[in-house]
Amino acid sequence: MKTAATLEVAPDQIYRDLQHAARQRLTGEKEEPLVMVGTATCGRAAGALDTLAAFKEEIVRRHLSVRVREVGCLGDCYLEPMVIIQKPGYPPFIYGEVDEGKARRLVADFLVNDDPCLEFAMAALEPNDIFPTLADYPRGFYEQRVITELCGIIDPTEIDQYLDHEGYAALARALSMDPGEVVAQVKESKLRGRGGAGFPTGLKWETCRKAPGTPKYVICNADEGDPGAFMDRALLESNPHQVLEGLLIAAYAVGASQGYIYVRAEYPLAVERLKTALDQARQRGLLGENILGSGFSLDLAVFQGSGAFVCGEETALIASLEGRPGIPSHRPPFPAVSGLYGQPTVINNVKTLSYVPHILRQGPDWFRGIGTTDSPGTAVFALAGKVANTGMVEVPMGTTLRRLVFDVGGGIKDGKEFKAVLIGGPSGGCLPETALDLAIDFDSLQQAGAMMGSGGLVVLDADDCMVEIARFFLEFTQKESCGKCTFCRLGTKQMLEILTDITKGRGKPEDLTLLWELAGDVKAGSLCGLGKTAPNPVLSTLRHFRHEYEVHIDEGRCPARMCQDLITYYIVPQKCTKLCNVCVGSCPAEAVYTRPDGIKAINQELCIKCNNCLVTCPPEHQAVVKISPPSPAEGA
Amino acid sequence: MPDVENHDELRQVTEILQRHSLEPGNLIPILQEVQEELQYLPREGMRLVGRSLGIPEVDVYSVATFYNQFRLNPPGRNQIKVCLGTACHMMGGYIILDCFERRLNVHEGETTPDREFSLERVACVGCCTLAPVTVVNEKTEGKVTPTRVDGILAGLGFKKDQAAGKVEAEV
Repeated sequence: MKTAATLEVAPDQIYRDLQHAARQRLTGEKEEPLVMVGTATCGRAAGALDTLAAFKEEIVRRHLSVRVREVGCLGDCYLEPMVIIQKPGYPPFIYGEVDEGKARRLVADFLVNDDPCLEFAMAALEPNDIFPTLADYPRGFYEQRVITELCGIIDPTEIDQYLDHEGYAALARALSMDPGEVVAQVKESKLRGRGGAGFPTGLKWETCRKAPGTPKYVICNADEGDPGAFMDRALLESNPHQVLEGLLIAAYAVGASQGYIYVRAEYPLAVERLKTALDQARQRGLLGENILGSGFSLDLAVFQGSGAFVCGEETALIASLEGRPGIPSHRPPFPAVSGLYGQPTVINNVKTLSYVPHILRQGPDWFRGIGTTDSPGTAVFALAGKVANTGMVEVPMGTTLRRLVFDVGGGIKDGKEFKAVLIGGPSGGCLPETALDLAIDFDSLQQAGAMMGSGGLVVLDADDCMVEIARFFLEFTQKESCGKCTFCRLGTKQMLEILTDITKGRGKPEDLTLLWELAGDVKAGSLCGLGKTAPNPVLSTLRHFRHEYEVHIDEGRCPARMCQDLITYYIVPQKCTKLCNVCVGSCPAEAVYTRPDGIKAINQELCIKCNNCLVTCPPEHQAVVKISPPSPAEGA
Repeated sequence: MPDVENHDELRQVTEILQRHSLEPGNLIPILQEVQEELQYLPREGMRLVGRSLGIPEVDVYSVATFYNQFRLNPPGRNQIKVCLGTACHMMGGYIILDCFERRLNVHEGETTPDREFSLERVACVGCCTLAPVTVVNEKTEGKVTPTRVDGILAGLGFKKDQAAGKVEAEV
């Protein structure tokens, strides 16, 4: 048994040595030019790997002494693939939409010569005299980056860089404190779980710490099943060590000796990077036996989910870890008392754990200084849908929706009209224009009939049909219902059928009352969060956009012209130029044809409503329109 | 299915089982590895896994059918996944799925009769900002259009009317 005195010094000293060694290895790097390519999944989908290859090839071909490094996601996904170039004598510049051609040009003009190609630079990373920084844009101005600060800047596969940025310092500090004190600090910070429900993290830890039984477990919930959310993926792919550090601190605080990171099957890159991170942490003595000489030991393993949305619910997640179908069980007992294999278990979301190192490093007061009184800290959102600047953003809690959508997100794409935001995915709801000035935190959203959820935020414009959205979400939850509770299994099925009928123009006036009743029953009759929240999208769209439902039912038309059974495509003869042929060429079903007078028309029997002709018709003509209710006009 | 192939598959399953400690808790990782190697879960393989872990066959089957990821039939040589998350749906992912279905003449979850292409929908691959997204043979591609669907298929060696012709021939 070690004495208290040696415990206080040891972890910190060992950590300083580790960090020093890491910095030693990194020196010398800073004098060389450096190209950083964002290769998280979103970057890869936009072609980042080709960009990376082009940089490497060009650098080798010209015999340059330039380092190329893969980094994570900076968050400005609409500009992917993104590249940061650091050249001594210049501030680091960020470039967006760098394809192979731009990559080759950047090498030739900037790395070989001295022209930084500012015409396609987006911003500089550090303040300077020549070019604006991220903070000079509305997005950067309103953002406050805590857990996303290092995303896209450090190499996620290199522990040295995390150590260089004070990584694992919080762990060293925690290990020299009493576990109870660590819990107290987290409790004092008022950190609330970022998985959606907003349960106080400190309280959860305290319950688990006090619960009798060994071994105890810690689990990181990275089963980000909510369609439309990708923050956990981005965090795991861009800065996996931050999550590990949080999980290590959690384990120390509650006295756990074994931990799991439960990652979705659909995130192969995140799994790969996590495994690398675990190996590196093990090599440096930050994981395994006697961590940093403190006597505390923890083993961590990555567990891959198998594609079941319900496994995001903690009791279902535990069932899945134990090798059973992910069917939720009754709470209480809560997992903090009786979880994995009946032992006390703490389950925290990726984002929650990511905040923990920052809280320990900078203190609970600092954390409480950000955001609102009851929901301190920042909120990370995945902005997607019809917003101009899609991506991952981190703003203080209490930021209004208007600021988020119009300032941070840059407004609606193509200057269209804002209609609603969907927040919280299939368990959340929609918020209409009147809610734009709502300050977002856990409680205000709950009151407005939505939910923070995991932070997916999908923006809708006038072209999106609210009935169709409700149907889409219900289709999802109905499919993902595990089938344990009758109301969730059969109730959602009935609701889905009603909604499908409405979107196909077969709705009946009494359907709306029935929907409302069923929604209440499903909420009341379900055990877990999936069923309890499944009707939310229907309820909130019914509340805010009831007239859209009524138009579908009474007039058989879709005001947003989205429901496929209620629209026809039509080429306005007066607008068609006759001279171009793009719509004919773009039609995959050969439904568009040229009339004897040269004007194009659509054969409705062949039309599959793929929207292609509407997209390809040149903007100066806009001859293709959607009509609702459908009309059989313009036939043969 | 010929016996030789079956035998081969079982040998691979045995090898996977040897790499794991045989606790019931390892059922999902073992099934995942079997699928990774064989691309699907053969019936005999599941039986073998159940026997080795001391789990009744019916429970192995219940796990294999509960999770979306597991397949009980061999997939096509090219695996096409269309993302239908919220953002993808709003940006027209369903139209993309329609296009694949029409071109390949199969429904989602099915494989073309020549076992060249299988078509699946996935809930969300987390690339919502690049919606609509497809994952073709593990390669993620964003901002897919109906015209690009033909391009993707052409890149995989698909010839127009191929699938339709095959189906007729089989009928």
